[in-house]
Amino acid sequence: MIGKGYTVHVLVVALVVLLVAGPFMHKWLFMLTMSMGKGLVVLGLIVLLRTGLVSFGQGLYYCVGAYTVGSLGQFLGWKNALVLLVGGTAAAAVLATILGFLLANYRSIFFAMLSLAFSMILFGLLVKTSALGSTDGFNVPAPTLFGKAISGAGHQYPLFALGCVVAFIAALLTNAYLRTALGRLSPAIRDNEIRVEYMGASVRNAIHTKYVIAGALAGLGGALTAMTIGHIDPEMAYWTTSGEFVFVAILGGTGSVIAPFLGAIIFEIIRTYAYQYSPNTWQMVLGSAMLLVIIFLPAGLWSAFAYRSRRG
Amino acid sequence: MTELLSVVVDAVIYSSWLFIIALGLTLIYGVMKILNMAHGSFYALGAYAAASLVGYWLGHGYPPLASYGMLVLAAILVGLITGPLVERGLLRFMYGKDEIILLLVTYALFLILEDSIKIIWGVNPYFISEPYGLLGVWDVAGLSYPFYNIILIAVSVLAGVGVAVVLQYTRPGKLLLAVIHDREVSMAMGINVNRFYMVTFTVGTMLAAIGGALTAPTVSVVPGMGVGVIVLAFAVVVIGGLGSLQGAALGALIVGLVRSAAVHYLPQVELFSIYVVMALVLIFRPKGLFAAAEVRKI
Amino acid sequence: MKKLSCGPKTFAIAVSIFPMLLLAMHAGAGAQEKPLKIGVVTFLSGAAAGPFGVPAKQAGEVVVEALNAGGKVPGYGSKGMGGSSIELVFVDEAGGTTKQVTEYRNLIERVDLVIGYISSGDCLAVAPAAEEMRKLTILFDCGTPRVFEDATYKYVFRTGATSTMDNVAAALYISETNPNVKKIAGINQNYAWGQDSWSDFLAAMKVLKPGIEVATVQWPQLLSGQYGAEISALLSSGADVVHSSFWGGDMEAFVLQASPRGLFKKSTVVLTCGETGMYKLGSQVPDGTVIGARGPFDMFAPDTELNRWFRKAYQDKYGVPPTYPSYKMAQALLGLKSAYDKARSSNGNKAPGQDQVIAAFERISFEAPGGKVQMALGKGHQAVQGMVFGTVKHNGNQVTYVDVKTYPPDKVTPPEGVKAEDWIKSGFKSGK
Repeated sequence: MIGKGYTVHVLVVALVVLLVAGPFMHKWLFMLTMSMGKGLVVLGLIVLLRTGLVSFGQGLYYCVGAYTVGSLGQFLGWKNALVLLVGGTAAAAVLATILGFLLANYRSIFFAMLSLAFSMILFGLLVKTSALGSTDGFNVPAPTLFGKAISGAGHQYPLFALGCVVAFIAALLTNAYLRTALGRLSPAIRDNEIRVEYMGASVRNAIHTKYVIAGALAGLGGALTAMTIGHIDPEMAYWTTSGEFVFVAILGGTGSVIAPFLGAIIFEIIRTYAYQYSPNTWQMVLGSAMLLVIIFLPAGLWSAFAYRSRRG
Repeated sequence: MTELLSVVVDAVIYSSWLFIIALGLTLIYGVMKILNMAHGSFYALGAYAAASLVGYWLGHGYPPLASYGMLVLAAILVGLITGPLVERGLLRFMYGKDEIILLLVTYALFLILEDSIKIIWGVNPYFISEPYGLLGVWDVAGLSYPFYNIILIAVSVLAGVGVAVVLQYTRPGKLLLAVIHDREVSMAMGINVNRFYMVTFTVGTMLAAIGGALTAPTVSVVPGMGVGVIVLAFAVVVIGGLGSLQGAALGALIVGLVRSAAVHYLPQVELFSIYVVMALVLIFRPKGLFAAAEVRKI
Repeated sequence: MKKLSCGPKTFAIAVSIFPMLLLAMHAGAGAQEKPLKIGVVTFLSGAAAGPFGVPAKQAGEVVVEALNAGGKVPGYGSKGMGGSSIELVFVDEAGGTTKQVTEYRNLIERVDLVIGYISSGDCLAVAPAAEEMRKLTILFDCGTPRVFEDATYKYVFRTGATSTMDNVAAALYISETNPNVKKIAGINQNYAWGQDSWSDFLAAMKVLKPGIEVATVQWPQLLSGQYGAEISALLSSGADVVHSSFWGGDMEAFVLQASPRGLFKKSTVVLTCGETGMYKLGSQVPDGTVIGARGPFDMFAPDTELNRWFRKAYQDKYGVPPTYPSYKMAQALLGLKSAYDKARSSNGNKAPGQDQVIAAFERISFEAPGGKVQMALGKGHQAVQGMVFGTVKHNGNQVTYVDVKTYPPDKVTPPEGVKAEDWIKSGFKSGK
């Protein structure tokens, strides 16, 4: 594991660097904000991954977060970015709490497929709802912060800054959670649940909590993405979107809370270059890149940067 | 009454199609514990190979009735070539790794194969519809069904029975059952597990390719035709219980019946039908219908 | 386990630094000015590539090659656009809407303007981004009327007409050629395109034939390819007319599976996007089937010099005739050229700037291989065109079309400021 306190320092430095360099990086602000959004979802995923659970249905909460933001803006006229973010996260967290009662009973592939089933059911519901635009979705009204527009031409920096700060806080809180007793239970549960129960901890409750955290983070990521892109559609709940999050999680690795964001940025870069330089074979480029990372860096990109402690 | 009969007939046809595809997937998982996301690509490869081979065959004026054999031959060739290539060339190095890593490896393979198909065959559709209409139609429940569907059902049943017979009654089959049960002990007993893995993967690939080849005359073969199949196959396999043959058959039947009933009586829910079935089965039978009893190690 | 010569750490650093180096290199490069760079976004992979994306790409190449040479295109003799030669940059539209918005923002760094977007979802998402980044963007194919119904744009144009007219014209055609129609059925892909197509068709039929009965409405999943059960349901429904907005591989699979079972004989099937499949599948499509080409394109195009040139140039280069996506791409390019030429001549024959081109483009009227196009709606940003439907009749080995009916734009398109569904429900009131 990473040495004590190292993570927090890196996070603070990263935040400061991004915020300071931001105004000079106009071209990359959009892509970086998107990476923050994606990174948030993946952050939730690694909380589950450490417990040995792979969710192929994070798209469900990502979509719920996004549609909450879109609906609040479109139908209620709410535009305050902070309110929207909280709303998206809350809606996702509530849904995760409810579904968590059921899902906490499942493991491995069944957990994955059941989570996939729920996200596909949401997809189906949205496709059938023409009031929400069916598969075309609808546009999200531009959010504001303290009355001022924070996205749109020439205004990308405020949304970017908001995204960085939100990601920073989420990473910090998640890191703190992973340090608590319940957080440290993850690898134990993955290794041997029965022993954990013998020790007196409730595996079920632990998993339920982690699921809610993952859901809330996915909702937050979805809300941020919806505000950045300005458009939402049911594809956010499709299983391939969830699969992409899983890929980024593996790409970045589960070693640290910084890994998801690193993974998200690298993934966006690889994909953009694949589109640009091989428009006819970008899938092959992406697949090959994936294979290379899996073969050479099975613990994710982060494992190359991390201080490696001795493992027993 | 006739409506009900047509629901059942449609269900049986659709289920047979699903079963051929799911059979390969559950076989590969049962033996190698790999969830093969590239299964859809092998399906597509089978379809494209069939389109080329049958197109060549019919284009050169050979007897059309033999085209059915050509379809299966194309699929077998695809399996024999790509199966060992993928297994020996890539998967072999990944054994022992986490299931999710293997899943992503097969997903990467899927992406690569999709573009490979595009490079070899291009993006234009291929048509080999002659075998579909050749045997004429047949009236059931007041509706006409092409005789071709009988072939589909027959191949499906044959494949299922064939695999079951091999596993239960032949020596290699019983050795395979041992490998499924416990890999390490089998190796200790002197069974060549690697060879079994390769053969299983090849057979699984062949089955996917047969599914694609048999589908080819009923559709236009286009890029991306393997994508939708992946989730369908996964759902059927999970419903039936991973690694279980009877499970795949029953799962395919249930999915086919529910879908057929939806189409005839309530078409708007067709979109949900497979996911709702999967969720319901998992809620009541958390490991699928025919879950194998697992030894729990403390 | 394998041991690598360079450790994973080095590899990871290399892998992460390399793209950043590339980024840094590109951050420096500015946009070239001399040739006019047009970004073209269309499907180069997936199911929509074969029927739509690639024909559109190929048409783009044919038209641009001829324009750059000068004097080849009838009615558009001047070289290039606004004096500059044209360069096309292709981007794949596959990957989903979120991806496309990101790619759009990357693309406009490298090009002067963008033509593209077949998927309605992409159009709806890109339009506000185009407006925000102030980049001229021409939507050439997507069908949703919502683009200019939901908002007004300065930088966004659409040179193709919407899907409303496909289905209103289909309804008009059916009520004229099948006046005794009592029961209709539908089989459409279960997503926005299919849903909107069916609801427009149904609403129009209800106005034209009050009391019409709906026998069954089928909603197979997009790209399902297996329609056995749906076809059984349609056969037992007893419908006189079956409406379908199926496209590409789904449409072809549907034809292949329904034809031997006699669906086309039992009911009159209307394929609003049928045209793209007719060259390869024509022999399987029985007499009496109603085919649409989403406009006066391909076999329904007027016999003008421009059309003849286009068909010949395309066929010579690619060996197959152009289909409607090809026509729509040509239309977008020629519309743009008209705007550029008009802006240039009002600019004292100097290369015009973007605002001048936009001003010239608004409400312009121009000639395309499909006939005359007027940018009459959406405050001058949305094109209107006539709509054509015909019935298949086999003449020996040849596929011909009889009962070809053309509907002028005002009969099939809502007036300015009126939403498509309101317009249909009101009985096609022409307003004003």
